[in-house]
Amino acid sequence: MTIPVSTSAPAAIARTAPATRSPWRARLRRDAPLLLMTAPAALLLLLFHYAPTSGNLIAFQDYNPFLGESAFDAFLQSEWVGLANFQVLFADPAFWESLRNTLSITLFQLVFFFPLPVVLALLLHGVASPRWRGFIQNVVYLPHFFSWVLVITFFVQMLGGAGLLAQELRQHGFVPWELLTNPSTFLLLVTAEAVWKDVGWGSIVFLAALSAIDPSLYEAAAVDGAGRWRRLWHITLPGLRPVIVLLAILRLGDALSVGFEQYLLQRDAVGQQAAEVLDTYVYFHAIVPQQWGVGAAAGLFKSLVGLVLILGANRLAHRLGEAGIYQKARG
Amino acid sequence: MSQALSTIPPPARRRRAAWEEAPPRIEDAGKSVVLALVVLAVLFPMWSVVVTSLASRSTINAAGGMVVIPRELDLSAYVTMFHGGQVSRALWTSLLLTLGGTALSLALTVLAAYGLSRPGSIGHRSLLMYFLLTFLVYPGLVPSYLVVTGLGLKDTLWALILPNALSVFNLMLVRTFFMGIPSELIDSARIDGASEWRILWSIVLPLSRAVVAVVGLFYAVGYWNAYFNAVLYIDDNDLWPIQRVLQSFILAGQSPHVAGAPVNLPGLTAYPPTLAIKMAVVVVTVLPALLVYPFVQRHFTKGVLIGAVKG
Repeated sequence: MTIPVSTSAPAAIARTAPATRSPWRARLRRDAPLLLMTAPAALLLLLFHYAPTSGNLIAFQDYNPFLGESAFDAFLQSEWVGLANFQVLFADPAFWESLRNTLSITLFQLVFFFPLPVVLALLLHGVASPRWRGFIQNVVYLPHFFSWVLVITFFVQMLGGAGLLAQELRQHGFVPWELLTNPSTFLLLVTAEAVWKDVGWGSIVFLAALSAIDPSLYEAAAVDGAGRWRRLWHITLPGLRPVIVLLAILRLGDALSVGFEQYLLQRDAVGQQAAEVLDTYVYFHAIVPQQWGVGAAAGLFKSLVGLVLILGANRLAHRLGEAGIYQKARG
Repeated sequence: MSQALSTIPPPARRRRAAWEEAPPRIEDAGKSVVLALVVLAVLFPMWSVVVTSLASRSTINAAGGMVVIPRELDLSAYVTMFHGGQVSRALWTSLLLTLGGTALSLALTVLAAYGLSRPGSIGHRSLLMYFLLTFLVYPGLVPSYLVVTGLGLKDTLWALILPNALSVFNLMLVRTFFMGIPSELIDSARIDGASEWRILWSIVLPLSRAVVAVVGLFYAVGYWNAYFNAVLYIDDNDLWPIQRVLQSFILAGQSPHVAGAPVNLPGLTAYPPTLAIKMAVVVVTVLPALLVYPFVQRHFTKGVLIGAVKG
């Protein structure tokens, strides 16, 4: 998902050019309704986004919610402990295990999941009949709207120990193997679930990019004697490149988030040595035992690494000559 | 950005051009097989779940579990499920949550999107930054939890609505769409003396049905699928939304710890939860998405792309 940053559209500039010269008070009167309209959303963000973001400061506290009247009061009265929470966190082997799991899931999916929507988009693009293409698209987009509870329910009912596959195998005299509780194949399992849920949805962006490629390029290449595969390599893939780079950056910037519910729901079936990711670590090691300071430290660590990753990945994209996620606003 | 809208050509039948050679037949067949498998992988599990939910006890016993080939139509699972008890209550809760939450979210999003759609208005740049910065810095789980519980929202439905009521991503989607509306339309309305509220309501909104429909669907799906927030904030299982019940009902055997308290389903305890009832719960959980889907899906490409591809 991209952050659409455009602070200036040409039409809009024309609309407001004379306004910038009018005095401040008149502008305020003119724009007051706009401010009023923005206010509820801004307040909501203040309360549920920026307040907790600054609340991350309890990572440096021995936070005790029972001090004072309110959570804010408790924050003011709790003792500052410097980096003690981080020391506890970094000394916890379970934390490093969850970090390792998170990163291996991200890398595995970057290699084995990320290319699939591109392939699906290429296949769909090749379907000549618009009716068939529309039908297939509607079917493959659908699971995107299912909750993780549903997705995992489907997997359990199909591939689980009491599921359809196991029951067919048993009836034909085979011993079904445990697909859903085996820690060593967990990486494959979560990737299969993610693919089932989102491969179709992910292909939308690539389909649009495909239809934006100028057909005359293909024609010119064909006239010059390029075959189907050479056209794919020299026209189609370069045409998709900006989108691919953009999405890869976003995925990389989000490397420490692999989705929450999917792991929470399967952690007990598979065991935490395979299924504990950073987010579930915070839930089970901070929220459940009420270790607020350590949990906030883990959260802060995660957002800082995420920020560095996304800025770094964006810089890398610029170096590769791509637009990346954001540029300096023009004008 | 707004360019992205106009550059998506309508999906036309793609005829092979004169210069294009016919693809080798084996390649064509291979592609068709792959696509057919993909479609089956989505539809088959859904089929089997629906058929099992409508199967009688004897059919389920004969199949040894999940049913693939329907033999008869037995609605008793649905009757039991809707006969009061936790599932029907959770369905009502989720319905209320989804309708109320989506209405609130849409109102917040549309208003703010319009408020932010006029570059050059007072405070425009800093306000926009204020919203966009949420993509780069975000709160962790622990402080969010402390804020929500600190506001006394625990064990109320507000805990499932307010923290995620505004998605800045959706806000930017709508804003981008608004900015693509020709300024002449808005200017002429202003000259005629229309207020900003009036312009938003009578001119901008009627032109933006597509994007509002898509964003509304995104919000509605988010509320209907709410699961983790219910784990965090709702201990009272009379207030559980449907996903939470589905999880405790079907996956709890798989992960009892997540379910918290031992599973206790009043109204169904007398009737042992057979596979059919479980699958009926799955069906009603999927159903709303299936019902709304046809009305919104034609706007998807547009909706997703305004946000995803830079014009």
